[in-house]
Amino acid sequence: MDRSVENDAITRSDLSLRVISSAGAGQLVKAKAKTRRPFRQIRTENVFKRTLVIMGILMVILVLGILLTLVVQSLPSIKALGPKYLWGKVWDPVQDIYGAWPFLLGTLISSFLALFISIPFSIAVAIFLGEYYPKGWLPNLLKNTVELIAAVPSVIYGFWGLAVLVPIVRNFENKIGVQPVGVGIFSSSLILAVMIIPYAASLGRSMIQMVPSTLKEAAYGLGATRWEVIRSVVLPYTKSGLFAGILLSLGRALGETMAVTMVIGNTSIIPKNIFSPGNTMASVIANEFTEADKAVYLSALIELGLVLFLVTVVINMIGKKIIDRFTTE
Amino acid sequence: MNIGSVNYRIGKSIGFQLATILFAFACVVPLLAILFYIVKAGITKINWHFLVNVPKPVGEIGGGIANALVGSVIIILVASVIAVPIGIMTGIFLSENRKSKLAYWSRLSVDILQGVPSIVIGIIAYFWLVKPLRGFSALSGSVALAIMMLPIVVRSTEETLKLLPDSLKEAAYALGMPFHRVIFKVIVPCGISGILSGVMLSIARITGETAPLLFTAFGNPYLTTNITKPMHSLPLLIFNYATSPYNDWHDLAWGASLILLMWVLLLNIFTKLITRKWKVQL
Repeated sequence: MDRSVENDAITRSDLSLRVISSAGAGQLVKAKAKTRRPFRQIRTENVFKRTLVIMGILMVILVLGILLTLVVQSLPSIKALGPKYLWGKVWDPVQDIYGAWPFLLGTLISSFLALFISIPFSIAVAIFLGEYYPKGWLPNLLKNTVELIAAVPSVIYGFWGLAVLVPIVRNFENKIGVQPVGVGIFSSSLILAVMIIPYAASLGRSMIQMVPSTLKEAAYGLGATRWEVIRSVVLPYTKSGLFAGILLSLGRALGETMAVTMVIGNTSIIPKNIFSPGNTMASVIANEFTEADKAVYLSALIELGLVLFLVTVVINMIGKKIIDRFTTE
Repeated sequence: MNIGSVNYRIGKSIGFQLATILFAFACVVPLLAILFYIVKAGITKINWHFLVNVPKPVGEIGGGIANALVGSVIIILVASVIAVPIGIMTGIFLSENRKSKLAYWSRLSVDILQGVPSIVIGIIAYFWLVKPLRGFSALSGSVALAIMMLPIVVRSTEETLKLLPDSLKEAAYALGMPFHRVIFKVIVPCGISGILSGVMLSIARITGETAPLLFTAFGNPYLTTNITKPMHSLPLLIFNYATSPYNDWHDLAWGASLILLMWVLLLNIFTKLITRKWKVQL
């Protein structure tokens, strides 16, 4: 191959230099070079293999490093506030009172509300693309468009939500007679619902396409209609896969920062209903991290980050395990 | 069996099908609404001045986003320089060692990394780089974004290389090629399309990331190319100006949003076209 030709060229030019110095010694060097070449290759090979292993180790170190940094940096608040930090109901850094409950509640409500809004849409996309119309230009267009939803930067969702969605929600709140703020958990759930559709939809689609056609054909042979096939064959078969997709969506919703920060209203009071402004774990970190002037304040925020990290890791791992089991079956 | 119940079942089936179609296409509506609104609000703001000037103080007309454009490009370039080699090497490692214990843990770590919320990565970069270097810097932002790029590059490299037939590698080994040359001259060139599309996808993803830059690159109203100093980027500028109370700044943010959106969507569509042309599966 070309590299070995190159090697020959190198040794030859190498040689020619030595040949000039003395003709007799040149032959000796040539013999030496021939025996040395394979060893050089082996050495490069070993170096390369070692580099690959180091890269593999690097990934593990990276994750452990993230975990360790979060734990170490949140130690001051863990020591000072203890476990009751998580269900403390008041967050008032000026008075040195730190309770994470408003943010936990805000995160849970906004994420689950978003999940509930998005499920019908993402499952519909999955069934549409996986079962009804798996081929053709229009389904293809729909598939690509839904994937583009995930590509739009979250800060743009936030800006659009602030300019367009918030006034609409404010009008709606006026009509149903709650305090018309506009910004709040409901607005952020709407934005989140749009943002997380693609994750459950694309996974659900590939799961639904994996349903063996013999099962479906058997049901059709018994006289089932399309809806009956979907309800009693496709959905039960893909149940765990769809659930995994929804879990991945939930993981996205929990960690989403910018769009939520821009439309949730940013108040650290426990939200009274789904229309009231609030804060999520991610949004409070984004808002207050650079303002935190006290060590405990900063480390309380990092502890929120630690909780967020652990929760999303667990959710993603469960989702991955379900998918793995589903695809190997 | 009576005809009525059969008709009822058929009707139910058709009704459900229609509902599915309706819900499926309803998903597209918000995306179109956002595209339409951003194009409408942003297109009038964009002109040559907008692209080559830095923002002016509130009250003065004009000003542009040159600092954010340059900053975005630099931050992304540095992030790619860090993440692409490491990501590709790790991908090669994972596809070559499918069964080893280290590969299992490594793969698990990549999976975990993929799910880490972007704000947490921002905190990490703050403690790893901003604090030791005593100041916000574009470099720390690049490292944060590089950590976000890694899992996508690793995954796409691994998945692409896994699909290559073993006979390719065996043929190269039979010719007496050493391991590293088999990888660089045979395996990587064969899978280059998949690797490249993974890299482009990861760039598209980090272009719009704001949260990791909030406490790393921090933002800077002036044009700078020094990566050890704070630097602006498009998403940061949009966030700062969109949440400000001034209309002039909102206008800048709309223009910047349009540019960012076009950048990200074009990169995505371009990647899609490439993957279809080269028949890559991601």
